[in-house]
Amino acid sequence: MDYTTRLGSLADYDKGKVIPIDDDPKNYVFSNIFEVAGQSAPYERVAVAKNFEYVIEVARAEGASGWYSAAHDEFVLSMDGVVEVQFVKLDDPAAVVAPGSQGAVKLAGEPAGRKMGRVVLSRGHQGLLPHGAAYRFVAQSPACLMIQTVEGSETVQKWAEICQNS
Amino acid sequence: MAMSETAEKAPPSNLPLVTHTEIGAIDNETGYRAFSAGSFHFSRDEYFARITWPEGTHTMPVDAFLRAMMRDVAWGFFYGTVNFDDVIGTVNHYGEVTLFAGRYNDAYHNAGRDREERFPSEVLMPLFKAIMSDWTNQGFDPFAAPMETGAPWGSKNGSNEPAITRTRVSAKRIVGLPGDTPLRTDANGFPVNRMFPDLDQSKPVVEPEPGFEGEVWAYNLFDYLSRSDVTWNPSVCSVVGESLFCPTTEEFALPIDHGNDRCEWFITLSDEIDWDIKDKETGKPRAKVITRAGDVSCMPADIRHKGYAKKRAMLLVWENGSPIIPELIAKGEAPIVSVTW
Repeated sequence: MDYTTRLGSLADYDKGKVIPIDDDPKNYVFSNIFEVAGQSAPYERVAVAKNFEYVIEVARAEGASGWYSAAHDEFVLSMDGVVEVQFVKLDDPAAVVAPGSQGAVKLAGEPAGRKMGRVVLSRGHQGLLPHGAAYRFVAQSPACLMIQTVEGSETVQKWAEICQNS
Repeated sequence: MAMSETAEKAPPSNLPLVTHTEIGAIDNETGYRAFSAGSFHFSRDEYFARITWPEGTHTMPVDAFLRAMMRDVAWGFFYGTVNFDDVIGTVNHYGEVTLFAGRYNDAYHNAGRDREERFPSEVLMPLFKAIMSDWTNQGFDPFAAPMETGAPWGSKNGSNEPAITRTRVSAKRIVGLPGDTPLRTDANGFPVNRMFPDLDQSKPVVEPEPGFEGEVWAYNLFDYLSRSDVTWNPSVCSVVGESLFCPTTEEFALPIDHGNDRCEWFITLSDEIDWDIKDKETGKPRAKVITRAGDVSCMPADIRHKGYAKKRAMLLVWENGSPIIPELIAKGEAPIVSVTW
């Protein structure tokens, strides 16, 4: 038997749903990352999952993002499309991101430091966004990113807009 | 599964601690041993596992019993409640564990036919491992999908220690980084599963400048998952503090009804997984959740869930392994639902 793996994309996804029997569908905080990314501004980091201080953010990569950094590791997974991630080792990380702070911080301008290199992620590829570094995304065509991180100033929460409400 | 290695003990339940377990003699007819834990008694025959306790008796098809107990063993009693079915299961207190029959089944509980006994984890776990070792026949892999393994039926016929003693995969930072858990390849014994022949196996471009080889890193997570040799067995692939990305591949049915003691998130990465949701305490149905690629859902902390996947699917299980959560749960301060609006 031949098997075909069904993956989603910004252009083609088939969203499921919560079918309540004796419950409130809102309890399941149900959304779809391709729908969220498609309806958000480029590089708007929208939380689709939250567990205490931790979040999973979704972003539509399109063109070049600003530069970000965090006091902790983050990880990015391409769920659709190709995205390049460029890295700079910050000369003075504490001057950019307060030690012990949470979540990604968007830098005001270009980061000061040494080039660390780059990765290019296609669908299914997961990359490390190491602490102490600045990073930015560059996508020639729209891509869908999922970021494992901590809630911070860049995290956008708009649950009523993205989740199944009834 | 994917439990934090820093998980701490929760305050124990009020049940008296039982420390007596026993491995019985070999049955002359079937060749299997019987086992006891406190006042619970376990035996198996050609088709069934039979569990008895002073107030009742219960029968499970032995394939379902072994698949369920395998997860309980592999996950160190996991987070919260592991229901083998609607009657039998365990509750993890992180250092101690409750073995129960009928406790989370309205009919048994209301009729007073249920029982629960509390054991030190280091007492009950060796017994469970001994049951798995004795009752798993040659050719049966309780981690495998039914179409990928031999049958467990019949009288005692060899063993399958390699299948039931797999080491849990738990990345410290991210899969593939030097010193961390390795990638899966044909060469190290992880061929692509038969249901993922069409997945892109390409590697990402990784171009570190000299000196940054250990920091500039990426790998193909989908390729990694397509090579998993187990089902319904999450492994930690990336870690941010206590935030654990625990992806897994799912085929057929989750062998347990998992009643988590904390909120747990699912992101379906491919194909379709359908979930039956029941009340954690009573077992009454509450919802069905149909999830397809890209769907995100949160399992509240007051339910039990069981998943079904016709086609092998990739699922990202996201856990918060914070060691403070058991105490928050005990105090009733942990949220039932992660997000409200």
